[in-house]
Amino acid sequence: MKVTSISKEEIWQILKQVKDPEVPVLDIEELGVLRDVSFDDDKIIITITPTYSGCPAMNAIEQEIKSRLAENGIENFSIKTIFSPAWTTDWMNDEAKQKLKDYGITPPSRSAGQHLNSLLERKSEPVQCPFCNSTDTKLTSAFGSTACKALHFCNHCHQPFEEFKCH
Amino acid sequence: MNRELFEYSLRLGDTSLILGHRLSEWCGHGPILEEDIAMANLSLDLIGQARMILAYAGQVEGKGRTDDDLAYHRDARQFRNVLLAEQPNGDFAVTMTRQFFISVYNFYLYEALKKSNDKTIAAFAEKSLKEVAYHVRHSSDWMLRLGDGTEESHSRTQNAVDDLWIFIDDLFQMNEVDELLIKEGIAADLNMIREKWKTHVEDILKKATLAIPQINNFMRTGSREGKHTEHLGYILAEMQFLPRAYPDAKW
Repeated sequence: MKVTSISKEEIWQILKQVKDPEVPVLDIEELGVLRDVSFDDDKIIITITPTYSGCPAMNAIEQEIKSRLAENGIENFSIKTIFSPAWTTDWMNDEAKQKLKDYGITPPSRSAGQHLNSLLERKSEPVQCPFCNSTDTKLTSAFGSTACKALHFCNHCHQPFEEFKCH
Repeated sequence: MNRELFEYSLRLGDTSLILGHRLSEWCGHGPILEEDIAMANLSLDLIGQARMILAYAGQVEGKGRTDDDLAYHRDARQFRNVLLAEQPNGDFAVTMTRQFFISVYNFYLYEALKKSNDKTIAAFAEKSLKEVAYHVRHSSDWMLRLGDGTEESHSRTQNAVDDLWIFIDDLFQMNEVDELLIKEGIAADLNMIREKWKTHVEDILKKATLAIPQINNFMRTGSREGKHTEHLGYILAEMQFLPRAYPDAKW
C-alpha cells in the first residue's frame, strides 16, 4: 500500500526548481536530464540521464535534487541514472530554446541525427548569432567552456558567442 | 560468460580511460587556447565513458569492485586498453594522429555495439557514439590541416602516421573472448570494423596528402593479454599515485 501523501506532479514541480548549474536559465526538465518520477511502494524513484558522459555538472545536479527534496521533507527517495535512450537536444522544446537565446546562447537548431551525419561528412551549417541574428558567423572551436557548447564569432556584430550544440 | 564479458568491458573502459588520461596531460599546454579546451573536452568525454563501462565491468565481475577500484587498483598487466592509447603525446601531430586512429575505430565499433544483445553495452555504445562523432570530426579536420599544411606540419604528421602504424593491428586482434561474445550477439566482429576503419582513414590520409604506410611486419600486438608497451606503467604511476598512497582520500 502506498503511504506517500505527495503526488508525482508535486514532486515534479519541486524538481523543476533544480537548474543546470552551467546554464541556469534552464531547469532539469527543460534540459532533458529529468526523465521520470515513479513510486516503488512508498519510495520515490527519480530517473535522470547525463547530458554528456563526462559532464561534471551531473554531480551538482544530483546534490541539488537531494537538497530540494530534503527542504520539502522528502527523505525516502533514490536517484537512478540511465544511459538509454541517450540524451539528445531534440528533447528541448521551443520555449526552452527561446530562453537560451535570450540568455545569449544560440540554441540547437537542427535534429541530432542530421547533425551527426554532417559531422562525419565534414559539412558545416551556418549558425545564427544570438545577439544580431546574422548567419555571417564562423566557428572558433567545436568545444567550449562546457561539453555541450561550441564557440563562434559573429562577423556582423563582431561578438564572440556560444552555441548549445545539436546532440 | 561473465569472465568474457568482464574482459570485454575492460577493453572498452581501459581504452577510453588511458586515452582520456593521456589527453588530459595537454591541459594547460595546448598550442592555442581553443585547442587546449578542445583536448580537455575530449578527455572529459572519454573519462566519462570509461566510468560508465568500468562500473559495469565491476558489476559483471561480481566482486564488489567499483569503477574507481578498477581504474586505480590494477597493475599494468591487468589493463586491457589498446597499445595505441598509451603511446606518449609526442608533438601535436602525434597526439592528433593517435586521436584520429582511435576515434575512427571507436566510432565504427560503437556503431556496431549499439545493436549488442547486452543492453548495458548497447546503451554505452549509443551514448558514446554521439560524442565520438565530434572526436572524429575534430581529429579529421586536424589531419587535413596538418597533412596538407606547411612542409613542417606535413613531415611531422607523416612521421606520426608512420610511427603509430605499428600499433594498428593491435586494435583488431580477436581471441576466445570475441569468439564467444560474437556468438552471443554481444561483441562486434573486428574484421568488419577493420574494413570500415581502413576506408575512412585512407580517405582522409589521401585528402591530407599523407602516404599510407605499407608496413605489414613488425606490427606490435598484445593488449588483449595485458602485454603493454613500457609507457603504460608510467601513466599508472602518475594516475594511481594518490588513491594508492592515501586509500581513503576523499574530495
